[in-house]
Amino acid sequence: MTKKQKKMLIRILVTAALLIGLHFVPEDGPLQGIPLFLMYLVPYGIIGYDILRKAWKGIRNRQVFDENFLMAVATVGALAIGLLKTGDYVEAVAVMLFYQIGELFQSYAVGKSRRNISELMDIRPDYANIERDGQLERVDPDEVETGSLIVVNPGEKIPIDGIVESGNAVLNTGALTGESMPREVRNGDEVVSGCINMSGVLRIRTTREFGESTVSKILDLVENASNRKSRSENFISRFAKYYTPAVVFGALALAVIPPLFDGQWGEWIYRALTFLVISCPCALVISIPLSFFAGIGGAGKAGILLKGSNYLEALSKTGIMVFDKTGTLTRGEFEVTAIHHSPLAEEELLEYAALAEASSSHPIAVSIRKAHGKALDLSRVTDVAETGGCGVTVRIDGRDVAAGNDRLMEKLGIAYRACHRTGTIVHMAIDGEYAGHIVISDVDKPTAKEAVEALKANGVRQTVMLTGDGKAVAEETAARLGIDRVYSGLLPADKVSRVEELLESKQGKEILAFAGDGINDAPVLSRADLGIAMGALGSDAAIEAADIVLMDDNPLKIAKAIRIARKCMRIVYENIVFAIGIKAVCLLLSALGLANMGLAIFADVGVMIIAVLNAIRALFPGKERGAQHGKGTPAASA
Amino acid sequence: MKKTYKIEVDCANCANKMEEAAKKAAGVADATVNFMTQKMIVVFEDGADAAAVMQDVVSRCKKVEEDCEIYL
Repeated sequence: MTKKQKKMLIRILVTAALLIGLHFVPEDGPLQGIPLFLMYLVPYGIIGYDILRKAWKGIRNRQVFDENFLMAVATVGALAIGLLKTGDYVEAVAVMLFYQIGELFQSYAVGKSRRNISELMDIRPDYANIERDGQLERVDPDEVETGSLIVVNPGEKIPIDGIVESGNAVLNTGALTGESMPREVRNGDEVVSGCINMSGVLRIRTTREFGESTVSKILDLVENASNRKSRSENFISRFAKYYTPAVVFGALALAVIPPLFDGQWGEWIYRALTFLVISCPCALVISIPLSFFAGIGGAGKAGILLKGSNYLEALSKTGIMVFDKTGTLTRGEFEVTAIHHSPLAEEELLEYAALAEASSSHPIAVSIRKAHGKALDLSRVTDVAETGGCGVTVRIDGRDVAAGNDRLMEKLGIAYRACHRTGTIVHMAIDGEYAGHIVISDVDKPTAKEAVEALKANGVRQTVMLTGDGKAVAEETAARLGIDRVYSGLLPADKVSRVEELLESKQGKEILAFAGDGINDAPVLSRADLGIAMGALGSDAAIEAADIVLMDDNPLKIAKAIRIARKCMRIVYENIVFAIGIKAVCLLLSALGLANMGLAIFADVGVMIIAVLNAIRALFPGKERGAQHGKGTPAASA
Repeated sequence: MKKTYKIEVDCANCANKMEEAAKKAAGVADATVNFMTQKMIVVFEDGADAAAVMQDVVSRCKKVEEDCEIYL
């Protein structure tokens, strides 16, 4: 609790004690009338002096209609009625007391969740270690020039992006990606700021200034996120602007017009005052921005960075999800995915293939060597002859080995077997005999299929894949992952026009989101309603162009982001409907004379507390749900 | 020129009011008050003296919300 809050707590306790004490003073005893009134003024003054002062200043500064004014008018009015008619002063003091309790609670809860959310994103490094004359010196990361050598000890955060010069270590990227996947780095590897060094000492040559480093970019993005306000937030600001004057005039009309006919001034003024207390718009004004902020914070913890609460709103309405294939749904790395019809052991065939392709730098050769994964004894290989565009023939251990495509086999007159799989096929022949083939293809990300299912479960109507790959590969991938539509053979510029076509086909208010790895997708990212850049760790272009940035490259995060957005928007609408609904009912009851100050306090403070607590729920993204029951979480699960 | 100031304000509505008040100060091109991060981002007009402008911003903000604090 801050000092201010502690002071308020003491005022509340003292007032409550005085009220209880005054309760034992008989109303018709010797202190009847003015003396009793003055005695009640003491707790009233203690609890309400700042409200009265603010209301007075507000009037002087022509900022009349705020909650202080509402509370001041309501309580002063209640005291006046007590003095002139009923002799009951408890109500006025109690209204002020409960109002202050509510304010205290709200300031405490909002402050606490604000701190919690900020802590979630606490990735700012406090210092950098610089070596000077053999001594480590701690300096402000801002002061480190590009190209300096910094030292990161185990347990410390990497403060600035750079390249490892010496040392190796395991890094925890959890603070950036939301998932603590340990990553090993050694000499020559690029490292991004914000990761935590878990093991050895690293010497890093910085490649950027602190202000340009990943961690600064992310912090900038998060801190500015709530500046881009959503439509709901703007609605609330506008609403509050017209609402308060409207209710004040409503109350005035209620106090003046009916008694002109029936002469019951006291009764109608009391109703008008109750009306005023109920009408306070705090519940909405506080809880809506808080919900968005909590949603952005919760998403940030999961490694999903949103550039504004408006994107949270847009994300929740995603109807068409467009993916780039390579790097988004697939890894974009070619791998050996199958070995067919081999009379030899797979390992052995792979070894021959690796030896045959040992000197090639072709991506296919690289992936074969990677699949083999062991050191190669090149002295076994002789007579290497490359047949351009077809493959290679060599002698390994005195045997004739051929590795290449269909044409190579035809050239050598070897009967080969075609493959039913799509991808690149490398046929093998040993001593003129067919020895099977190796299938090399881009592999799906392990979570790609699950991600597509999860999107469907979260209200996405159509999934579309765009790719520069050939039709066969594209359609097979789409079918395997459950994607609805495929556009294949696209050049980067075609992707923009395809997205424009899809934008035409939108139904109602749905949003078209595009997810790409951000490297050459920048034009598409900005053309789509919502651009999602994936695997953005270290890629500035993506962070710039996208509206939403996923720190790692797991497509399942897209579904998670939508789920967070939908939950957040549900909470926002719950709060709007709940707060306005309760207020409308209570306002009506008070106008009809069926509400007393107790109900009014509930409608004001109670509703606000419930709305704030509900808003904080947006911080927790909720459990992973299976595809079959992803839809429609009951709103009552608070 | 753009500067960020740490502020202290208790309610979201007051933050909105401060934002509007700050925007009206001479020399301020744009101002945003972020209630959640408790920050005020002021974009100054070219050639404006930030320190002098901020004095005006502070007094305008104090007028609409007495309880606010702007750390210059």
